[in-house]
Amino acid sequence: MSDSSEHTQGHVRPAPESFIKPDLVASISAHGIDDERRGLLKGAFASALVAMTGKAVAGESDPNIVNVPEWSKILGKSVATNPYGLPSKYEANIIRRQSPGLTQTDQASVAFTPLQSMFGMITPSGLHFERHHQGWVDIDPSRHRFMINGLVKTPMVFTMEELMRMPSVSRMHFLECGANTALEWGNSAVPTVQYTHGMLSGSEWTGVPLSLLLERAGIDLAKAKYILAEGADGSSMTRTINIENALDDCIVAYGQNGEMIRPEQGYPLRLVVPGVQGVSWVKWLRRIEVGDQPYAAKDEASHYVDLMPDGMQRQYTAIQEAKSVITSPSGGQKLMNQGYYCVTGLAWSGRGVVKKVEVSADGGRNWHEARIEGPALPKMITRFNFDWVWKGEEALLQSRVTDSTGYVQPQRTELIAVRGTRSIYHNNAIQTWRVNQSGEVENVQLG
Amino acid sequence: MCSLAKTLLAGMALLSTVTFASSYPEALNQLGRVATDAEVAAWDIDVRPDFKGLPVGSGSVEDGEAIWLDKCAVCHGDFGDSNEVFSPLVLGSITPEDMESGRVAALTDAAVVRTTLMKVATLSTIWDYINRAMPWNAPKSLEVDEVYALTAYLLHLGYIVEYDFVLSNENINDVQAQMPNRNGMTTDHGLWSVSGTPDVVGSGCTSDCKVDTTVTSFIPAYAMNAHGNLKDQVRDYGPFPGIQTAPESDAAEVAAPTNVIPEQALISNGCTGCHKQEGQLVGPSFNDIMARYKGQDAFEYLKGKVKNGGSGVWGSMAMPPMSQIDDSALQAIAEWLAADN
Ligand code: HEC
Ligand code: HEC
Repeated sequence: MSDSSEHTQGHVRPAPESFIKPDLVASISAHGIDDERRGLLKGAFASALVAMTGKAVAGESDPNIVNVPEWSKILGKSVATNPYGLPSKYEANIIRRQSPGLTQTDQASVAFTPLQSMFGMITPSGLHFERHHQGWVDIDPSRHRFMINGLVKTPMVFTMEELMRMPSVSRMHFLECGANTALEWGNSAVPTVQYTHGMLSGSEWTGVPLSLLLERAGIDLAKAKYILAEGADGSSMTRTINIENALDDCIVAYGQNGEMIRPEQGYPLRLVVPGVQGVSWVKWLRRIEVGDQPYAAKDEASHYVDLMPDGMQRQYTAIQEAKSVITSPSGGQKLMNQGYYCVTGLAWSGRGVVKKVEVSADGGRNWHEARIEGPALPKMITRFNFDWVWKGEEALLQSRVTDSTGYVQPQRTELIAVRGTRSIYHNNAIQTWRVNQSGEVENVQLG
Repeated sequence: MCSLAKTLLAGMALLSTVTFASSYPEALNQLGRVATDAEVAAWDIDVRPDFKGLPVGSGSVEDGEAIWLDKCAVCHGDFGDSNEVFSPLVLGSITPEDMESGRVAALTDAAVVRTTLMKVATLSTIWDYINRAMPWNAPKSLEVDEVYALTAYLLHLGYIVEYDFVLSNENINDVQAQMPNRNGMTTDHGLWSVSGTPDVVGSGCTSDCKVDTTVTSFIPAYAMNAHGNLKDQVRDYGPFPGIQTAPESDAAEVAAPTNVIPEQALISNGCTGCHKQEGQLVGPSFNDIMARYKGQDAFEYLKGKVKNGGSGVWGSMAMPPMSQIDDSALQAIAEWLAADN
């Protein structure tokens, strides 16, 4: 990455914190920011700007303004130079990454989403995390088939053409791997939010409601208690899903964020199981079987079981309970100078809607309500923002979500008191980021 | 959207009551067709804990041992205890008391590696796993009797059956009753159902909360660069630049190595699933390959071998054809392997 002077100048200039009166800073820190204080802050910035403009006139001018930059003096590239568009070359750092040494092979492995650099609530499909058990495949959709069998009147087969002709729904839902944050049970293990929480995404999924297809096949509602979903790839991943989920909001999906699902996400067909851990969103979906007993399938008996301190393993731990995390500032980043920052992050719940997010800057002693940005949708990631003025002190940043069932996200110490530190899956504890006096942010654990 | 579908979707909103919309349009019945018995049989391969779905067949420990050494040992070790490619399948700690109680006590001991046989409660899962997904590099290539034999061999490695044992659909239920951790699973928790009761709920306290804010864990300075330079993992402009964790001098040191490893091409074409730089995996190590062809002008040969696969040069294990590889990647890999330095 270049270190040219333009880049240095691109950084936030030393914040005009001296233009914010100390008592305003204190009052924002104590009460959070409200309309009255936001107004005062605006006033402070306005006067700061005047002062800075004055200084700029007297001092040197910004060459990016007074010299016409090269991009203003050329004919730009043609339309469709990239028939499938790409991010700017300046965004090359924003990619999926593996955690070195986490897995022994690259096909049974994970690549994490760079949450630290993302906005809003939609994950670009190319940045969606990857978790495969036997590599990914790119299936010819004209040869892909979807079957329903088991406790149905007639076992059925559908082609992609038929599925895409049926009535469709588009729903936004989060997708979180049950093992997200698994590295953090015992101690702080990885440096950034990409590795602590990056097995998380939010997408719009389009497809046929599973309930409609089950009805088409004549599901035996009196006997049906579970379904088994099965993939067409080498691993043929299989997962047991409760009939209550299957008939409620599951989607046999082919669309992701307006285009076909990416191969790494199961092209051309994937089961969407809102609120349930990612492994059950079977990719390359080829079959649904309706049954009356759970299946203890591959990855339901040795992996994706949660070991408790008494040695008992919890099987079929499906639901992703409410969780939140601050994505910026977060581990591995630094605050360049004191002053105003928009602390931002994500909150979600597998049981419903995000009702409230609170932020603490002192390790959970005092909490202030954050703003929920954009729609808060059921079983979808929700963006939150929080106005914060950093005065150079050490801070312990945390976020805490409350969902529509009244559930409050627990502190790590509360969670491990019951679950121990060896259950691997379903770590939804509050995350702490320490901001050092130098402005550097690190992943830490308290208590 | 057409009004027909609209009524249907409105109906679907009520589906949580598990009764179907009466408006289900007959016209939809033209979409999809009845699956034939042969089609269902071809795909319905799952085996349930009560062994529903298990095909008739049998296999001996002895046969299993031979197949294991041929097709499985390279990744899992001769005795299923390797952690080279995946966590160990057998050994760990299983005691006679565990076999009696059906609970593996060592699961509470953090010092003991948790192996598959220590954890799994249902034998059906192991049979089904091997049948659908193993060998990892050639799934669904085993005959039914081979799956029985391999399952029997694993059970023998775990001291669950004797060497002269023959596992079959007839006696598999008896072996289930011997599974060391057969009573070690519970569904008595709040995460199975969306309406389940959470076991840990946080406090809603908002001010002067009694929490211990002592920092008990952080990443030591020497480990900060273990995931690469964090400065390069965020935008290099904007309010939150990344911390420089690599030594500043690194950039200069990278200067023009003579023979660069085509790392990306090796990863994206799946080579690293079977080859490592050093030490045998499924295939020979790249170092061994390079040593073998040093000074032999083997560029064209290696190009062909990578593209077309084959066996016999290093052993009986075959390398599958890598026909998906594109020319530039193939060129780069073959040049790298055939280079003289
Ligand atoms: C090329 C390497 C490779 C070969 C060869 C191989 N395996 Fe595997 N095996 C793996 C990997 C990797 C996994 C874990 C996959 C995952 O993460 O989902 C695995 C998983 C398993 C499991 C499940 C373990 C658990 O705890 O869930 C069993 C059982 C198994 N293998 C048996 C076999 C048998 C039997 C053979 C021979 C027919 C075999 N394997 C050949 C790599 C291999
Ligand atoms: C499924 C496992 C597997 C994969 C994937 C794989 N190989 Fe191999 N490879 C092998 C085996 C096994 C051998 C030994 C074959 C033999 O004895 O002839 C081998 C041999 C080789 C050799 C030595 C050939 C010779 O005749 O001496 C080269 C070079 C090689 N592989 C390169 C690659 C490259 C490059 C890729 C990725 C494009 C790749 N392999 C992918 C298993 C694999």
